[in-house]
Amino acid sequence: MARLTAETVAQARELMSLYPDSRSALVPICHLAQAQEGWLNPEAMEHIAEIMELTPAEVLGTASFYEMLRTEPVGRYMVSVCTNIACLLNGGYELLEHAEERLDISVGATTPDGMFTIEEAECIAYCDRAPCLQVNHRFFGPVSDERFDTLVEDLASGRLDDDVPPHGVLCRVRREGGLAVPAEQVRAERAAADQARDERAAAAQAERS
Amino acid sequence: MALTEVAPIVTARLRHPDSHTLERYLATGGYDGLRRALRMEPEQVAEEVNAASLLGRGGAGFPAGRKWSMLRKAPVRYLVVNGDESEPATFKDHLLIERDPHAIIEGTLIAAYANQVTQAFIFVRGEFALGLERMQGALNEAYAHGAVGRDIFGSGFSVDVVLHPGAGAYIAGEETGLLESLEGKRAFPRIKPPYFPAAIGLYGEPTVVNNTETMANLPWIVQHGGHAFAALGQGSSTGTRLFALSGHVRRPGNYELEMAKTTFRDLIFAPVLGGGVRGGRQLKAFIPGGVSAPWFGPDQIDLPLSQDEVGKAGSMLGSGSVVVMDDQTCVVRAAWRIVRFFYRESCGQCTPCREGAGWIEKVVRRIEEGSGREQDLDLLLDVCDNISPGLSWPPQQTTICVLGPSIPSSIVWAIRMFRDEFLVHIKEGACPYG
Ligand SMILES: Cc1cc2nc3c(=O)[nH]c(=O)nc-3n(C[C@H](O)[C@H](O)[C@H](O)COP(=O)(O)O)c2cc1C
Ligand code: SF4
Ligand code: FES
Repeated sequence: MARLTAETVAQARELMSLYPDSRSALVPICHLAQAQEGWLNPEAMEHIAEIMELTPAEVLGTASFYEMLRTEPVGRYMVSVCTNIACLLNGGYELLEHAEERLDISVGATTPDGMFTIEEAECIAYCDRAPCLQVNHRFFGPVSDERFDTLVEDLASGRLDDDVPPHGVLCRVRREGGLAVPAEQVRAERAAADQARDERAAAAQAERS
Repeated sequence: MALTEVAPIVTARLRHPDSHTLERYLATGGYDGLRRALRMEPEQVAEEVNAASLLGRGGAGFPAGRKWSMLRKAPVRYLVVNGDESEPATFKDHLLIERDPHAIIEGTLIAAYANQVTQAFIFVRGEFALGLERMQGALNEAYAHGAVGRDIFGSGFSVDVVLHPGAGAYIAGEETGLLESLEGKRAFPRIKPPYFPAAIGLYGEPTVVNNTETMANLPWIVQHGGHAFAALGQGSSTGTRLFALSGHVRRPGNYELEMAKTTFRDLIFAPVLGGGVRGGRQLKAFIPGGVSAPWFGPDQIDLPLSQDEVGKAGSMLGSGSVVVMDDQTCVVRAAWRIVRFFYRESCGQCTPCREGAGWIEKVVRRIEEGSGREQDLDLLLDVCDNISPGLSWPPQQTTICVLGPSIPSSIVWAIRMFRDEFLVHIKEGACPYG
């Protein structure tokens, strides 16, 4: 099931309607599509292109620029260990090394059971909990070697399923509500309001002089 | 210790565990600022922000009021809130987005009203999964409450606010890169001029881009008046500001402090703030305002947290992140990791940035690993000089955006402050800190 499900297509169309130019929805739609299988496979990107009236190359061109959008398969859990300055000063590289040993893979690789991928991350803005990491963009820190081992066991056994969804699932809260009025109408109303205000200002000016 | 007892503005609510909910927000005065703003003329609201001299909290420190005044009269205007926060060691917006999303939304609405914008976007860094969920949840609550959308609180003013997730690119935080990203493209910064998106912004239309913390200050400013805000701090550094303290300190974290009234010494050593260098060690150096900033040594620790003062002393307050390094820190390694970040995050459009970062990264790594040569230091400074001629501060710019000229800072200042340590690496063929 490489193409987008009917549900994802419906959500994608909803996203496209939120922007004055529907192309703006491309990155959010890539996130949605990625939630299906944990990565953006070529068929999914072609389907996105179809829906958005873009070429597949345009979709790939944008998607490949962004770190979070994966054009190759990854494990169910993407473990992103930060090694940037605050983490470096607090043992980030030692933690990364421990992660490689514990999972028996090197950075960039996925465990044979498809459960874990490790990456070396740039600062994840959790620097007061250094050394820290994200699993599927959920935060953990500070992480000692022992804490890392427990985390891996909890993830593997499913104990953290509620907190850490599979890779690709980002924002689980859907948009409710919205303006529900065509932008043109809002603009026309605002132009009228602008004019009224200018008239008021002109009247006030006339009064003063 | 000269710590001022000013009540917090952007972190006041955070002691409540449910600070992100509408219920708590309303119980603590939430959306009162918006109600008040809607009873004023838009120009009056802008005037209060002008009077506050609120400096943008995104890094460049440009006055928000002045930026808004550049939004020339046009049929379409957009507001984009920058919550991309990817600057290393900066973690203040992350806190606000997760813990007080309604304050950002309320500030966004106030800014939208002041600038008569009917379409606003809140751009949140993609890696902030919880932040995205909290922000979307808060937006849903705000719509249901009548605070966003059509005819807000019966005022006749309507605005739509869309939450837009990023997807992992530091350069998408640069405002023109942000706009490209929001248009569904690669986050390539745009060639300047025009210098401000206020002239040509999103979809080519006049656009205001402001940081999330800048927005979070607006409800307070409308409620208490711009002059009350300007009464805090000193000189052009008004109000309070979030400082993100990390590295070798006992108590890392975000601290909201009155600007210019507190020194780096207070921030790092006061028992209620940083609590001192960890493990009883000595302070070796600190970065005063994000990894693009020149480093400071212990002799500059009594400088106040003021944009002007830090600028005059040859660095910047930038994004408000302070990184502390103790006496056991290998500065070569620290500088290397910073330049590696820039190398990974350069968008690749400009040769000095793309190639320069790569070269510097290689040479510093070679020194750190013990195979450096004595000429390497001159080579490094030469490459840095090619990126930013003169190696001065503020830096000369030869590139499309200021990521390029940010690359040399850590290298140049590390070499200037700790040349001996670089030489020890080279002569002994190893890192003395192991
Ligand atoms: C490489 C680079 C990255 C940036 N990242 C951010 C960021 O993550 N968040 C932010 O608010 N500003 C960032 N900025 C600054 C923005 O370009 C812009 O000045 C700011 O969002 C304006 O908001 P303010 O006036 O409220 O500070 C960055 C600038 C550069 C050059
Ligand atoms: S300076 Fe660097 S990051 Fe900025 S536009 Fe040029 S190549 Fe891209
Ligand atoms: S440096 Fe690791 S989270 Fe910021």
